[in-house]
Amino acid sequence: MIQLFKSIFVGVLLAATGNGAAFGADSTPPVPKNPQRIVSVGGGVTETIYALGAEAALVAVDTSSTYPEAATKLPKCGYQRTLSAEGVASLKPDLIFLAGAAGPPTAIEQLGVLGIPNVRFSEEHSVEAAKAQILKIGTVLGREEKALELVRNIDQKMASLPTPSGARPKVIFVLSAAGSKLLVSGRGTAADAMIRLAGGENAADSFESYKPVSAEALAAMAPDAVLTTTRTQAQIADAGLEAALPGIGLTPAGKAHRVIVMDDLYLLGFGPRVGDAVADLAAQLHGTAASPGTLPSQAGQNGQPKQAGQVGQVGQAGQAAQ
Amino acid sequence: MARALAACLDWRTRPRFFVVALAVAVSLVLLWSLGSGAMPLGWGEILDSLWNGYGREGYRNDALIWNLRLPRILMGFVAGGALGVCGAALQGLFRNPLADPALIGVSAGGSLGAACAIVLGVPHFLGGIPIVSLYAIPFAAFLGALAATAVVYSVATWQGQVQVATLLLAGIAINATTGAAIGWFTFLASDAQLRELSFWSLGSVGGANWQSLAGCVPFVALALGILLWYARPLNALALGESNARHMGAPVEAMKRGIIIATTLAVGAVVSFTGTIGFVGLVAPHLFRMLGGPDHRWVVPGSFLMGGCLLCVADVIARMAAIPAEVPVGIVVSTLGAPFFLFLLLREKRRSGG
Repeated sequence: MIQLFKSIFVGVLLAATGNGAAFGADSTPPVPKNPQRIVSVGGGVTETIYALGAEAALVAVDTSSTYPEAATKLPKCGYQRTLSAEGVASLKPDLIFLAGAAGPPTAIEQLGVLGIPNVRFSEEHSVEAAKAQILKIGTVLGREEKALELVRNIDQKMASLPTPSGARPKVIFVLSAAGSKLLVSGRGTAADAMIRLAGGENAADSFESYKPVSAEALAAMAPDAVLTTTRTQAQIADAGLEAALPGIGLTPAGKAHRVIVMDDLYLLGFGPRVGDAVADLAAQLHGTAASPGTLPSQAGQNGQPKQAGQVGQVGQAGQAAQ
Repeated sequence: MARALAACLDWRTRPRFFVVALAVAVSLVLLWSLGSGAMPLGWGEILDSLWNGYGREGYRNDALIWNLRLPRILMGFVAGGALGVCGAALQGLFRNPLADPALIGVSAGGSLGAACAIVLGVPHFLGGIPIVSLYAIPFAAFLGALAATAVVYSVATWQGQVQVATLLLAGIAINATTGAAIGWFTFLASDAQLRELSFWSLGSVGGANWQSLAGCVPFVALALGILLWYARPLNALALGESNARHMGAPVEAMKRGIIIATTLAVGAVVSFTGTIGFVGLVAPHLFRMLGGPDHRWVVPGSFLMGGCLLCVADVIARMAAIPAEVPVGIVVSTLGAPFFLFLLLREKRRSGG
């Protein structure tokens, strides 16, 4: 009992002196050599672990990890931006991979306090960052060669992009179109980066991040194509293009009914499939989309079943739009 | 048992009975709260960590109990208590059952301060000081809360007297103004900032640590002291301001004291937890339904009731979606609002209205 009072006294004293982090919050615990229980936070990170063939050690993923199919069957530790430290700790991980978006910061800090090692990645949307992330995960999991192979594959895909000829098509990325309130991605977003990589121009580059856009502003942007995710496509399909995106009828994209639909993790995840996604988007943007059957296989190399239905749908949507 | 029942039934001892009962309930809830969480821990392990655990090497449970659960449940209690007791005092001051701490702009000001810090970042000349950059958001939120209530207070003060009706209107105006300003910040925010903003506005005690607790407790304790001091004059105020003055109640000092206490306590709490609604409104009502309207008991009773409510809500927030977590504000409203309606209906039936 005296011990208890002593502990409480010490606790209060430490709190009062603003020095309560007595459990080594400053020193991040070392990353284990051969992790057996991994929690992966972030769709791109999870995808990489599968692509490296290291999924046997995965015990849980976050809700943004939607690819491959097998990942969706694992226990979920919540959404990547609203993690709970005790919740993640209850999965007893010996290593946590954290995408750049993972948060809130207090939860990340608390995981360190609990002595659980983690590896964090940058939130940068670039091919370089994606490759660095793959190599880092490969090193941590002892699969450097496989990681190099994935990176080489991305390099190949990027190198084989056709050099754009003529004007760059102006593309608008629609994040959501619920109730005809349009959220469009400006500079500094993942979609912006993808559009540029695929040789297009972001029609909404006058602002940063995601902003609501009016019908008139949409018309003034005059995009040549609308890019959106499968989830938003459902909203658009329900309402019809003109009703979901007021003002689109006045733009080249609306007149030609040019809507490119891609899976959101595939398009915006900056994981191991980033090269394929860029090539895929470029092909659809520049009107050279391959037929669904001959679209580049995403995960064929690592023995994972590829999402044929998803990719085929993307190809069809792209073609129908042209 | 019979004595307890008699105390519960006798109107003279009834409020005291319920304050004591609530204190017991709070202890039980705190224990229950300590024992529940995503990590399944037995009472043996928990007690072992409590007894010999502080600073012991190599036990993950110790860090979990000492650095996550303990500060968290204590923050839940302190935050809920502060909201409850300030709600009770403001309902007494305004003589309006709908008053809550949000009414004098303290929560809205806190939100605006936090939004300011999230979107604009730390001013350059302050960025070098480590403690400022680490606690920039709570610090800005606290300043925002103080500033907003200062505006409300000065608008409502006329010739050294606080006009309570003007105070109410000024509070509504400052709520609208800060709402507009937060709207502007939301519009200007980048993607990441926007998520941080919405996380803040949902409210959570999950980020509590000993430092944030040490930041809140002095203000809440001071406020509780001030409000207990003014409990008797608050009873006089129930008869109206001039009657209270004739009875010798220090009306003007009391108004100032209540506003200052609320600003300090709620400002400090919301700056660490974000905005948590409903507790401040409902806790005093719940206590009054049990123990009657005497402020000498309503003030401590609302503190205990508010702390109890938020602790229970936080346990549910932690346990409902393991290993993920539900924002505690959502839990408070989901459980509290229907229960409150039920109590209102029961009251209506009883009084035949």
